[in-house]
Amino acid sequence: MTEMDTQEHQIDLGHLMAFDPLHHFPSPPPSREELVKECLQKGTVLVQLIADALFNLPSTEDIDGPLVKLPPPMTRLPREKHLPKPKPPTKWELFAKAKGIKNRKKDKIVYDEQTGTWKRRHGYDRVNDDKDIPIIEAKMTDEPGEDPFAKRQAEKRKRVEKHEKNRLQNLKQAAKVGALPSHIQLAATALPITGTQAAPKKASKNELQDIASMAAAATASGGKFDKKLLGEKPEKHKGKYRKFLPVVEGTGIGSQERQQTEKVLNRLISKNSHEILNVDKAINMYNVKKEKKRKNQRGKDSSTSSKLNPKKQLQKKSLKKGGSSKKGKSK
Amino acid sequence: MLKIKTPKSGKAKREIEKRAPKLVESGKKTLILQGTKTSNVLNAVLAEIYHLKKDSAVRYTRKNENIRPFESGGETSLEFFSLKTDCSIFVFGSHSKKRPDNLVIGRTYDHHIYDLVEVGVENFKSMESFTYDKKLAPKVGSKPFIAFIGEGFESVDELKHLKEVLLELLRGEVVENLNLAGLDHAYICTAVSSNRVFFTHCAMRLKKSGTIVPRMELVEVGPSMDLVVRRHRLPNDSVRKEAMKTAKEQPKKKVKNVSQDVIQGKVGKIYVPDQQVGSVALPNKAKGLKRERREAKMKHETNDRAPKKQKENSE
Repeated sequence: MTEMDTQEHQIDLGHLMAFDPLHHFPSPPPSREELVKECLQKGTVLVQLIADALFNLPSTEDIDGPLVKLPPPMTRLPREKHLPKPKPPTKWELFAKAKGIKNRKKDKIVYDEQTGTWKRRHGYDRVNDDKDIPIIEAKMTDEPGEDPFAKRQAEKRKRVEKHEKNRLQNLKQAAKVGALPSHIQLAATALPITGTQAAPKKASKNELQDIASMAAAATASGGKFDKKLLGEKPEKHKGKYRKFLPVVEGTGIGSQERQQTEKVLNRLISKNSHEILNVDKAINMYNVKKEKKRKNQRGKDSSTSSKLNPKKQLQKKSLKKGGSSKKGKSK
Repeated sequence: MLKIKTPKSGKAKREIEKRAPKLVESGKKTLILQGTKTSNVLNAVLAEIYHLKKDSAVRYTRKNENIRPFESGGETSLEFFSLKTDCSIFVFGSHSKKRPDNLVIGRTYDHHIYDLVEVGVENFKSMESFTYDKKLAPKVGSKPFIAFIGEGFESVDELKHLKEVLLELLRGEVVENLNLAGLDHAYICTAVSSNRVFFTHCAMRLKKSGTIVPRMELVEVGPSMDLVVRRHRLPNDSVRKEAMKTAKEQPKKKVKNVSQDVIQGKVGKIYVPDQQVGSVALPNKAKGLKRERREAKMKHETNDRAPKKQKENSE
């Protein structure tokens, strides 16, 4: 019995608690000391009651003293965490239940036919290890040029991946119900910005440098006074993005203005011209083809010395595209 | 894309499993912390509560500005701390002109605030101010007796709530077997009026009496204070229902190697490993070994000598 109603005192032995709901205090209390004394008196009475009940419980002798088995407490207190939810059965468990497959206990040590000894089933030096197979006999269905050992390894890797995928699916199911095992956490590795499943690819070093310099240029002073970290290279394209011609031309420069306008004109005209053939490009392609042929020939008969080679066409690709067609081509 | 994260060391795994929700729960840990301003009295109160609950309490000594338990936004820090330290009761002390020497005692469920009680501390007397025989001093961690006196605890709503919260705060670990020699202190809470509770902590002296039950004597040792109830917040009904759910009776764990037989009753199997009695090394100076040697020697001699010695051999 955990509750004793003697003189309307409630005793909860599970918590070693006593409650006297009937005591009435005179108001106002006479003085502090009187109050304290009265409280202690009443307290002693209650504590004595609990002790009475406690010492009358059946006790067992222990090294330190008499041990008593406390009854479960009467006052119900709220829990601190939710009740653990039972794990939903995994896909294999469902399948096994449906088919009636029972789990058979397996031995740790198994007899290995190949060596004739007893080896462990899993781990170092195990039974039926892939690397212990010396010879795989070729079958009629085998393709020539295929490595059967590598094939076995690849198959094993695929199987392991499949198992991992299934495990992840099972854990996801458990997490949906709220019954994920306490030591496992599912973490998102990548957050796709778009709705696709494609993982964002990693930016290369050069890309990162470009992006960093672009971001730096977005500051009010164009990134000129930004502190550079150790090892950070200076910008590739500093400062000026527009080129203005000098107001007064010196003697050795030449007519830059004329060149500028010619460039612009040529581009405009070539856009509107209907010449299909781009002569420069054609010449380049022809040259490249010739080079390749020559290289192949040289590879076959290495006796030819480099001196007998016909002169290479050392033409520079001229800037004028459409203009040259008018000048030189005689078709 | 999800990745499975598991703890890499056994120690980390054990710590995480300690914090996992269990079917049957043991005692709650307490978090003691303070707000922007504290007074001397409040500092002493918090220190003494921490001292009383040394093993199962965590004390934060910095001031936390953004904790306001009774406001809707001011609880996030508390919940975060509760999550990090795995504490489900907290005692938050703060001091202001409107509410001097304020203590907010609260509980959490699933690391969210469950309920709160706000009390003011008055007439505080610390542990050092009591003089008593040092032999009576109660040990840390022993299970205390708790006594509640006064009809106020039954009739007034706030005091009822305070009673429940104080019970949770003051009881120690939840144990099934109790050692009667280790009972040495008691907490007495008296409802003096409809909003004031006199709280004190006493050591117990067990005196010999005629029967098995010893006579109890209470000696005031610990902090004593007046708690004035100011505000309180009861839990939501739905949350309360969920928190009060108890686990179904667990099926008893199967005992291995024990079976019941109709004829013999309870039968148990004991597995004894191979003892290899014959090949165990004998200690050096065993008397028996010496005799063995003597006899072997004599056997040798009889094989060489005349059969006269055979008489001794047959002995």
